[in-house]
Amino acid sequence: MILLLALAFSISAKDTPDDGGGSITVNVYNIPEGTARIELSRLEKGDMLYKEAGLIPIFKGECDDASVVDGIGYLYRGKAIAKDTFYIAEMEGFVTSSPQWFNKSRITVLIFLILFGSVVLTYIQLAKKNPEGLFIRKLPALDAIDEAVGRSTEMGKPVLFVPGLEGITDAGTLASLTILEMVGKKVAEYGSRVIHPNFDPIVMTTAQETLKTAFAEAGRPDAFNKDDVFYLTYEQFGFAAGVDGIMLRERPGAIFLQGYFYAESLILAETGYSIGAIQIAGTNATTQLPFFVAACDYVLLGEEMFAASAYISREPRLLGSIKGSDLAKVVLLFMIGAGVIFGTIAGIAKQGGNPTYMQIFNKMLEFLAKGAK
Amino acid sequence: MSISTSIWVWMAALLTLMVYSFLYKDNPFYRLAEHIFMGLSLGYTLTILWYNYIIPRVYEPLFLPPHQWSLIFPILLGIMTFGIFSKKYSWLIKYPLAFYVGGYAGLRIPLLLQSWIIRQVEASFLTPDKFTSLMSSINAILIFAGLFATLIYFYFSKKREHGFGAAAQVGIVFIMVAFGAAFGYTVMARISLLIGRMQFLIHDWLGIM
Repeated sequence: MILLLALAFSISAKDTPDDGGGSITVNVYNIPEGTARIELSRLEKGDMLYKEAGLIPIFKGECDDASVVDGIGYLYRGKAIAKDTFYIAEMEGFVTSSPQWFNKSRITVLIFLILFGSVVLTYIQLAKKNPEGLFIRKLPALDAIDEAVGRSTEMGKPVLFVPGLEGITDAGTLASLTILEMVGKKVAEYGSRVIHPNFDPIVMTTAQETLKTAFAEAGRPDAFNKDDVFYLTYEQFGFAAGVDGIMLRERPGAIFLQGYFYAESLILAETGYSIGAIQIAGTNATTQLPFFVAACDYVLLGEEMFAASAYISREPRLLGSIKGSDLAKVVLLFMIGAGVIFGTIAGIAKQGGNPTYMQIFNKMLEFLAKGAK
Repeated sequence: MSISTSIWVWMAALLTLMVYSFLYKDNPFYRLAEHIFMGLSLGYTLTILWYNYIIPRVYEPLFLPPHQWSLIFPILLGIMTFGIFSKKYSWLIKYPLAFYVGGYAGLRIPLLLQSWIIRQVEASFLTPDKFTSLMSSINAILIFAGLFATLIYFYFSKKREHGFGAAAQVGIVFIMVAFGAAFGYTVMARISLLIGRMQFLIHDWLGIM
């Protein structure tokens, strides 16, 4: 093989922008014709020998070396290997990596976040001043709670409440606890019993407190049985098998499946259906909604769960979030509508020989795409 | 036909049959399998937590050299969650929860905003390049109308009356079509799981195939 120092073939490296550090972006230019692969090697400051650092994709001419240590200088060398020869490109100065405080590529997200955040905060303040002044429509599933608990009591059967498979930090679990409070009050009023198996120990203790408060508020603190809120297991299908067993043995008249569920949702809902219980489901897991819709009597679809929770509690933060997200939806609808109209006008203008509007429209899309990366 | 001689294959096959016996009705065999499964899963999870988290992430870095004393802070936060089991110290859990919820929200909200909102808005703009053929035109209009109607369905600040109610009804139609497709797709995946179990019973256990 003949060693050729091709002047045209060159290499450059810089700290990868907008990252958390530990990465250097290497670029090669003027890749010689017939190159089969480009090997990358690097020299650490203070070392004598270059070490292999992977391959640079020819079609891209760029790669990120994510195995570097912040603050240490590196020198890169690219070796373009052709059929009978190879070319070397070397850098002149050392380059170091460092983390950045601000990710500029996400500026669009920041703008949207500030906009939506301020709307929500404003509504929370309004809700604190006058919670009754903010209207949220009642959902049919909320009326069904009364019906389900009443029917269960008449049949002399308990109520089963499953809070999903997520921890206390999940928004769905928190919403399910608000719904549990309403169910607990109804159960206490009607003199029935609520069984609450748990997947998460912290959710279990929170549910115990929630139900205890609900029974006390209904004037029946003596009727609350702490042992009805119990822990099953932290394994998904172990939990599903356990809840199925409870359904078959206890034969509840009403089943509430409220919270975040995974693949066990259909197993639970089908078993509930098979024992003839009235089932009210609600989940923010969009992938599991079809199964609840198919097998349950009433379903709170995604955000409806949070709206139901806000409707029941009239808690300013929940009300403010729902009202804020409603306004955000209106803004988004207007944005989409405006985008469609402007895009159409720009398309017509472009066909008429005026590309300016299309250029503005493309800039707008670029701005959004920046946030969607 | 060569029936398996492995005790583990036999156990797995019998437990599979015990669980499937539930399809007929609740019975002692199903209950046995259910309780074995729950007990094992609980024990297994505890073992995994102990060997994959407590030992390598708490004990070793803290008590073996080089000691990472900075880990004391997250460990203390973790210990504070146990406060919930005591009436006197139940307030302690607020601090780790606040830390956890704050960190989680900070990580998740920008990601959700990107993928669920900004990306959707960008994709729903009807640009001229979406009308290159009849099918792509129909598709683009359907996506736009579906998004519009679905957003109206999830608008809670107004009663569903007149035109608004009609738009919400259109929204629920779109939602149900999406649910139907998702349901069918998942059922297909579940059938493949059933086929896998049948293959295990027929091939690995009974040795027929």
